[in-house]
Amino acid sequence: MREVAVIGIGMTKWGECWKSSLRDLFVEAALKAMDDAGIAQIDSLYVGCMSGGLFNGQEHIGPLMADYLGVCPVPAVRVESACASGGVAFRQAYMEVACGMSDIVLAGGVEKMTDVDGSEATYALGTAADQEYESFHGITFPGLYALIARVYMQKYGITSQDMAAVPVKNHAHGLKNPNAQFQRAITIEEVLHSSMVADPLHLLDCSPITDGAAAVILCPLEKAKSLSQKRPVKILGSAHATDSIALHDRKQIEFFASAAIASKKAFAQAKIGPESVNLVEVHDCFSIAEICALESMGFFAPGQAGKAAGQGITALGGKLPVNVSGGLKSKGHPVGATGIAQIIELVEQLRNEAGQRQVQNAKIGLAQNMGGTAASSVVHILEAC
Amino acid sequence: MAGIVGYGSYIPRYRIKVEEIAKVWGTDAESYKKGLMLQEKSVPAPDQDVITMSVEAARRALLRAQINPQHIDAVYIGSESHPYAVKPSGTAVAEAIGAIPEVHCADFEFACKAGTEAMFVAYGLVCSGKIRYGLAIAADTSQGAPGDALEFSAAAGAAAYILGNDNVAAEIEETYSFCTDTPDFWRREYQHYPEHGSRFTGEPAYFHHTLSCAQGIMKKVGKKPQDFKYAIFHQPNGKFPMLAAQKLGFKREQWEDGRLSPTLGNTYSGASPMGLSAVLDKAEPGDLILLVSFGSGAGSDGFVIRTTDRIKEIQAKAPRTKQQLDLSKRYLDYGTYAKFRGKILKAE
Amino acid sequence: MFPAKIWREFPQRYRLEAAKCKKCGKTFFPPRLVCNSCFHREFESIKLPWEGTLVTYTIIRTPPSSFSDQAPYAVGIIEVVPGLKITCQIVDVDLDKLASGQKLFLEFRLIQKDGKQGVLCYGYKAVPVADYNS
Repeated sequence: MREVAVIGIGMTKWGECWKSSLRDLFVEAALKAMDDAGIAQIDSLYVGCMSGGLFNGQEHIGPLMADYLGVCPVPAVRVESACASGGVAFRQAYMEVACGMSDIVLAGGVEKMTDVDGSEATYALGTAADQEYESFHGITFPGLYALIARVYMQKYGITSQDMAAVPVKNHAHGLKNPNAQFQRAITIEEVLHSSMVADPLHLLDCSPITDGAAAVILCPLEKAKSLSQKRPVKILGSAHATDSIALHDRKQIEFFASAAIASKKAFAQAKIGPESVNLVEVHDCFSIAEICALESMGFFAPGQAGKAAGQGITALGGKLPVNVSGGLKSKGHPVGATGIAQIIELVEQLRNEAGQRQVQNAKIGLAQNMGGTAASSVVHILEAC
Repeated sequence: MAGIVGYGSYIPRYRIKVEEIAKVWGTDAESYKKGLMLQEKSVPAPDQDVITMSVEAARRALLRAQINPQHIDAVYIGSESHPYAVKPSGTAVAEAIGAIPEVHCADFEFACKAGTEAMFVAYGLVCSGKIRYGLAIAADTSQGAPGDALEFSAAAGAAAYILGNDNVAAEIEETYSFCTDTPDFWRREYQHYPEHGSRFTGEPAYFHHTLSCAQGIMKKVGKKPQDFKYAIFHQPNGKFPMLAAQKLGFKREQWEDGRLSPTLGNTYSGASPMGLSAVLDKAEPGDLILLVSFGSGAGSDGFVIRTTDRIKEIQAKAPRTKQQLDLSKRYLDYGTYAKFRGKILKAE
Repeated sequence: MFPAKIWREFPQRYRLEAAKCKKCGKTFFPPRLVCNSCFHREFESIKLPWEGTLVTYTIIRTPPSSFSDQAPYAVGIIEVVPGLKITCQIVDVDLDKLASGQKLFLEFRLIQKDGKQGVLCYGYKAVPVADYNS
């Protein structure tokens, strides 16, 4: 297996991109990533996209993007693992380069979610749960995470106010990210007074509906210097794990076993532990998700992450900065692109190019991307070279 | 002798008061409360229909009958609000209670008489020996047009009867039917709400058929009103069954336990069968019961029923009708009721 | 909704049929072809009870398109036998009086309608345990 590096990154501005189509978004991000790396051609293409079918009536997204990116006839495939589609696309690209099949692979992600109305988007996202035994009964994704939140809050005595510190922190981070959907600060009171979406989750506990794309270029570490002027960022660990599709089949509802197993494997591959990580991008689709993901991966003991945001531990400048990009909450959550954007944030930080939100002396970063109620989790550990 | 092996009823938890409906249409609530003896009525939740209520009532009948559902050879549902215009309700109920696939299924329709019609046919097949057990269900989520007099009474409920030859808790001693072509109440194909002949629904329709049927069956069995412990009549409101009972010579203590309409409303096909379930809930062994249904169009089915010793064993095995009627009520305002019943015009 | 999609789930939705592993005894709802605990492939068909205990719940206020007329409505995870949980709606309740740990009954209800013309989809929903039930 070869060591693999990321040499190019690119993303669109995220938000409600009324004028951009699914293909426009992806091609813009892909071109930016190719330009960033300084390369003109790729050997292979992976596109993370959760539901082109339901959001845009478009499947067969691999060749569509290869065509409009002008790289036909390179192999191109769409990767779907719900909201982990981007992270899994990145891992597919990593494996293709690591095993020696290809040298330059583009891993991107895209979702164009505003071509349907809110209830249709809610339905489309709901297909990531067990269609016959969860979604059939009218549960939504905010609803599923609300079920998790209630268990966690009751078990550890955490309040809605404690939980609200997570989006408040992530919005403060997003304020410093020019690509973020929401560049505005919010307060605990605003979170608590925002409308209830699925008790106990308020609107501001939830990541938004977002259009956007992100792309990165991977190549063998040994060739990074010759292919690109950019400071390469090395992939230290890559792991992916699954769990029951239905939340009700979990023994412990508030523990993400897939994140625990994927992170354990990624740490083992990287030969480091959680204490060596300088910054983390976790899948905060809902505020409770950031809390549970951090605990499941061993960054906090059970019950301890619930107050971490409020205590400033996970803020930029804190002991363990989490979601300095703004996270899914403030940066936005175009579901198929999210996993790639997490990698982009780590690369910018490890290149020391993150500007106002730069984590000082960032050497190692971890990204955790998950699908459904953590029925799949993909974890990557990146290191500055 | 063939008869009722098990019975069960189901009443939705939602209610609306007569005053709440009267307020919206500017009508006089007192005229309904005093004139028709209606106080409130049951309302089906948006996720309840004839199939769901029938399944619940049938499960309760099975709890009392304590038979293997595979031994039910016929499932008949009488209703004028079957959820599908084409596709049987009976198959869904048979599937849900585990009576499939060796079972005869049919849906009956005869305005408010459809329920006793199902009982009549199932009983006949049991008597003939063609079937071992027959499940007859009377259920409706009755329709009444907004503002129409029927809106004050149209209610929802179901009663299920398992008929058989063994382990009988109430023997059916005689049946009798009385029918003429009398268009007092109808609903044409594709119409949401029924039409009715106003006061024509009274004397020539309800009373003529109900009284004739009651007199006919009593003559057939050689009994007089005083021979019966209980008498149950179709109950489109609180007043009609009382007047019918009085005209026939029944006393209040004979008819009041089976008259649920003042607080239940008119459950159409379910009305007299639900009244019977309330009576069976409190009957003693050997009690003689007269049941007379009425369905517009028009006709009445009569049954003479006598409870056996087994009635005491099965009463407590499932929720009693009166308890469902009196406990766990959830009152609705008219707006929510209109939403529940699909009476609000929405964008497509 | 194509009718076959709901029809094949009737044993579960209508009768709560589950599968119990003949080797290790683990129960699955819906039934599976292979046990995820001992990998055995033979099961005994059993029926789950129509009651359970509420583990956690939420109130859906922004529903998916097919449930838009129903909101707000409660959905919960209910343990029906030790170690076996299901997800379904909780109806006929005061939404502010739900509590984890409370006992619930299951009733047969309409879950979804496929528009005005399509099939009716029935299944189980949880309801409060009434005074007359206890």
